[in-house]
Amino acid sequence: MKMVTAVIRPEMFDAVKAALEAGGIYGMTVSEVVGRGAQKGIALKFRGKTVPVELIPKVKIEMVVKDADVEKVIGIIRANGRTGKPGDGRIFVLPVEKICRVRTDQEEPEEG
Amino acid sequence: MIDSGATAFILVCTALVMLMTPGVGLFYGGLVRRKNFISMIALSFIAFALVSIQWVVCGYSLSFGADINGLIGSLEYAFLQGVGMDGDGIPDLLFAAFQMVFAGLTLAIVTSGVAERVKISSFVVFGLLWTTLVYDPLAHWAWGGGWAAQFGALDFAGGTVVHISSGFSALALALVIGKRLGFGGHAMEPNNIPMVLLGGALLWFGWFGFNAGSALAADGLAANAFIVTNIAAAAGALTWLCAAWIRGRPGSVGIISGAIAGLVAITPAAGFVEPMAAIPIGAVAGLVCYGALLFRVREGFDESLDAWAIHGMGGIFGALATGVFAVAAVGGVDGLLYGNPGQLLIQVVDVAVVVAYSFGVTYVIAKVIDAVMGLRVTEEEEYVGLDIAQHGESVRV
Repeated sequence: MKMVTAVIRPEMFDAVKAALEAGGIYGMTVSEVVGRGAQKGIALKFRGKTVPVELIPKVKIEMVVKDADVEKVIGIIRANGRTGKPGDGRIFVLPVEKICRVRTDQEEPEEG
Repeated sequence: MIDSGATAFILVCTALVMLMTPGVGLFYGGLVRRKNFISMIALSFIAFALVSIQWVVCGYSLSFGADINGLIGSLEYAFLQGVGMDGDGIPDLLFAAFQMVFAGLTLAIVTSGVAERVKISSFVVFGLLWTTLVYDPLAHWAWGGGWAAQFGALDFAGGTVVHISSGFSALALALVIGKRLGFGGHAMEPNNIPMVLLGGALLWFGWFGFNAGSALAADGLAANAFIVTNIAAAAGALTWLCAAWIRGRPGSVGIISGAIAGLVAITPAAGFVEPMAAIPIGAVAGLVCYGALLFRVREGFDESLDAWAIHGMGGIFGALATGVFAVAAVGGVDGLLYGNPGQLLIQVVDVAVVVAYSFGVTYVIAKVIDAVMGLRVTEEEEYVGLDIAQHGESVRV
């Protein structure tokens, strides 16, 4: 299993979520975050001066998916979260060691 | 001769109506995305401050100065010259103040049409021109002895002057400034519904001053206006609630929007109709405005916060309903139901002129400002949000 963490534009979230659902990916944890990337935020011009806006609102989606689904999930997020301009976000893929259900003592099997 | 009771009452009503302007700001602020929350509230304060000064410099005189050809007032009261502590019932200064808070509120309602994308500097210029060229003539026509008053059109507290004018002006502005980035594609959900409800509560509360105060006396007519105001608000809230329930779930924003629809519709009628007439007026207003909102969304107009649907269309309905339900026993004039169909015709003409004038003149003002200085912020500023881009502030820590 892999943890896929995507940080995307808030306004693209609804489209990404719907597309993930259409692709059979239901489980997710979502948070509203602020952050910045390589451009160090956005620089606004105000009366000839540059006013930096360093931290931009983003939505962070965390999903634990089967190894085989990782590329599909990345593809869906790219296809539905992209505007082509700086600030579209990043996707991180991390290994998941263990999944323990809280409701029972069950540990979910590694499904590879 | 000053009446101390009337003076005390109108002083309080003036303060009540003042609170409606930030009420509009909170109502609108809760409806936009969080990055524009402060901006919407700030626009309402800017509107109020701007019009307050414009009003004492020339606005009051243009509205209530000696009539010139039925179109506009003279400049005899410019800088409040000759407006003193004496008056007919209430001091002239108090009448000027009471009318001033109406003018400020009206400009605040118009900000619906430019929500989340207007440049403050352009809004300041727009606000001055709009109040001078649209609001002041309309106030003169209805209340300052202009052609509408001479013609016999009924507008007790501002159905045409405040609501039709702000609603159709917001629509004209929205058409000139263009849709918000991502409108129709991206989610644009309200960021803070409790704030919308708080703003709505302040509006409902302030509306008692707005309508009852328009009697300009602490008398039976004020009491009539007070009770019909509440009846219409309640009826509008309930019909919008039911209509929304049939289509899905009864959202709280719909309930308060229905109340405002009822309040708008009863505004021109408050001093002319009996309490029981307020039930159909408010009830139908809730449905008319809900229908107008659905139409606006379906057609893809980004008149963002529905000043057109609620104030514009509710104002039209209220002005026409006044011509239907008016009864001489309350305000001295009969309407259609009491054997005077001519009154309805007068209301129709008045509504048509006010719609055409406010939409047309606002459209021209907005086009000129857009050409000269640009109405809209840059794409990047709009993306970041006006709170940061225009005010350097943020609700986010």
